[in-house]
Amino acid sequence: MPEKLFKVNAEEYILPGNRACSGCGLSIAYRYVLKALRENTILTLPASCLTVLHGLYPITSVGIPCLNCTFASTAASASGLVAGLAAMNRSDITVVAIAGDGGTFDIGIQALSGAAERGTDFIFVCYDNEGYMNTGTQRSSATPMGALTTTTPILTKQQHKKDMMKIMEGHDIPYLATCSPSFPIDLYDKFVKAKRIKGTRYVQIATPCPPGWVFPPKDTVKIGRLAVETGIVVLYEIENGKFRFTGRSKTISEKGTRAPVIHYVERQGRFKKMSMEQLGQLQRWVDGKWNEYLRRAEA
Amino acid sequence: MSNVQIMTGNSAAAWGAKLCKVQVVSAYPITPSTSVTETIANWVERGELKAEYVRVESEHSVMTVCISASTVGARVFTSTSSHGLLYMHEQLHWAAGSRLPIVLACVNRGVGAPWSIFNDQQDSIAQRDTGWIQIYCRDNQEIIDTVIQAYRIAEQVYCPVMVCYDGFVLSHTMMPVEIPDAEAVCRFLPPYKPHTILSPEDPRNINPVIFPWQRRDAEGVLRDGYMDMRWKLQHALEGSRDVVVKTCRDYAELFGRDHGGMLWTYKTDDAEVLLAGMGSIATEATMAADLLREGGIRAGVVGIRVYRPFPREEVREAFRNIPAIVVFEKNISYGYEGALCADIKAALYGAGIQTPVHNYIAGLGGRDVKASELAEATRSSLAAIAAGKKEQQTWLNCVTE
Ligand SMILES: Cc1ncc(C[n+]2csc(CCOP(=O)(O)OP(=O)(O)O)c2C)c(N)n1
Ligand code: SF4
Ligand SMILES: [Mg+2]
Repeated sequence: MPEKLFKVNAEEYILPGNRACSGCGLSIAYRYVLKALRENTILTLPASCLTVLHGLYPITSVGIPCLNCTFASTAASASGLVAGLAAMNRSDITVVAIAGDGGTFDIGIQALSGAAERGTDFIFVCYDNEGYMNTGTQRSSATPMGALTTTTPILTKQQHKKDMMKIMEGHDIPYLATCSPSFPIDLYDKFVKAKRIKGTRYVQIATPCPPGWVFPPKDTVKIGRLAVETGIVVLYEIENGKFRFTGRSKTISEKGTRAPVIHYVERQGRFKKMSMEQLGQLQRWVDGKWNEYLRRAEA
Repeated sequence: MSNVQIMTGNSAAAWGAKLCKVQVVSAYPITPSTSVTETIANWVERGELKAEYVRVESEHSVMTVCISASTVGARVFTSTSSHGLLYMHEQLHWAAGSRLPIVLACVNRGVGAPWSIFNDQQDSIAQRDTGWIQIYCRDNQEIIDTVIQAYRIAEQVYCPVMVCYDGFVLSHTMMPVEIPDAEAVCRFLPPYKPHTILSPEDPRNINPVIFPWQRRDAEGVLRDGYMDMRWKLQHALEGSRDVVVKTCRDYAELFGRDHGGMLWTYKTDDAEVLLAGMGSIATEATMAADLLREGGIRAGVVGIRVYRPFPREEVREAFRNIPAIVVFEKNISYGYEGALCADIKAALYGAGIQTPVHNYIAGLGGRDVKASELAEATRSSLAAIAAGKKEQQTWLNCVTE
């Protein structure tokens, strides 16, 4: 483990004093994302918790150039950067769009689908905290079944999470990956690889959110780990159509040691109204997805 | 020497963009603007124009591409109409707030519901308060010339410019157009220098969250709050009048055509009544004025060319000693009156001018407007004014029972 850590770029691009909540899974992940992407990168991002993390004018906590865009427009904004940089003969720069689950699964999906279909040369990163957190934890299509949000305040969310990875895979793009801030080396490696590939690359990071998911800030890494241990989050990559488990998920798939989802669910206040029936449904949904991945890994 | 071709308004707009050597073009199809960017796509694929052409999935994305590409220093162009323009609304604000010199050819068309593909100016008037400069053209020659002028204005004042012209009436009508010499256009239009460069050499966070109040940066320098930045946008638009007028004058010197700066006039010197309008309805009004003069009424026309910034001083000057004003326009600010009429009256108020102003809403959704009908409307307004009616709103050629 230590020698693996040494290979990580020692440069820091997020300066101390950013405005994320304590224990924010996004800020842990983002630190490693930027370390892997390095200097010759331009970011574009929409309204989200990340806008706030970047700081309020005229001070910013992030040392990578960034263009803020409107909520629905992230991938189109990246397309404009790619076109503009090409027109200015600056094709050496990696364009990276990064949005929350709302800005990706919901309002940003049209622009994202368009950019991916055009094969735009950029990396789209979705940090998925499973709700509209910046506006105070409303339901999104990434919110899991059984979760309380401020717009599903009593009955909980009735539907499963949208399988955005599948939607993005339908665009036949060269690289897709999932990752978690609880496994930073796996995350780092995927971004280093993504940066080297041409075309549209899509990376989804499952970022625990203490206030939105209702758990103590000290437990962020633990919750992220439990998500992977239970198969709620599965670490994998799909390179030119070829599926591969990575990191901890690879080990779980080999050893068959996947834990039941209750271990993950019971530690978060957002699931406190979940019914036994919903718990069963969630478990079956996770089992179904997991078996699909196993079949793909063997193929 | 001169290169005159017979072309549509849409071709003229495309030619203007080509002569300005636009570097990034993005567009989405909508009638009647579609052929503007189809023409450009053709040039790009033939290698006749070196530009990145981004075929996005919506107008919201069109304007986003324009914003981002302009931010990294590219000269950008697009064109749209009606619902396409409405769909861009959020991004129109963002473009102006970012102070980017984007040029958009707006081919004016009515908006739904119900669907109409035909001409009026409700689409661009509905974007009046987005912080864009709006210029309304009368004919195809003015379209090509105005697109070229628009880049010089936009890149000098760092505000986006909408070049508006009437759908079908101009967009699909062929007229002789002189294509300016490409090298002369290069002399007229210096290269675009962005106000801020987004590049890894100098990392910045552009358009982040901002407070209402001013705030010190890392070096201790006090920087603008939201409202201070907004004032700068207003100040830039107000100040752009001089730039518009000078650009028009310089253009006339170099190319021999003067389209009138902020507004143009027709037979106003001895006039006893002035007809006012924007775009092709104002051209129609010049024919109405001639008809009225044949019948012994000394009529003239004031054509508003630049609607934002509004030609406050020029309007006061033009209407100062006129006993009657009749405004014809292809838009309606629902629940009040035509937007142009309201603005003209507001400008006169400041100068203490008490002239009666009658307002005709005309040609919505492409309803025909004939010069003889404008003349007849003017005659009936003059009779009403003589009878003491200072204000009047009439929907021309419309069932109003
Ligand atoms: C068009 C539009 N609608 C709504 C909003 C309000 N808004 C800002 S951020 C946000 C939630 C963002 O959610 P997500 O993308 O998941 O990012 P998170 O805040 O969870 O990090 C919303 C709804 C907006 N800025 N623009
Ligand atoms: S609300 Fe959640 S995602 Fe947003 S900053 Fe706080 S911890 Fe991070
Ligand atoms: Mg979210």
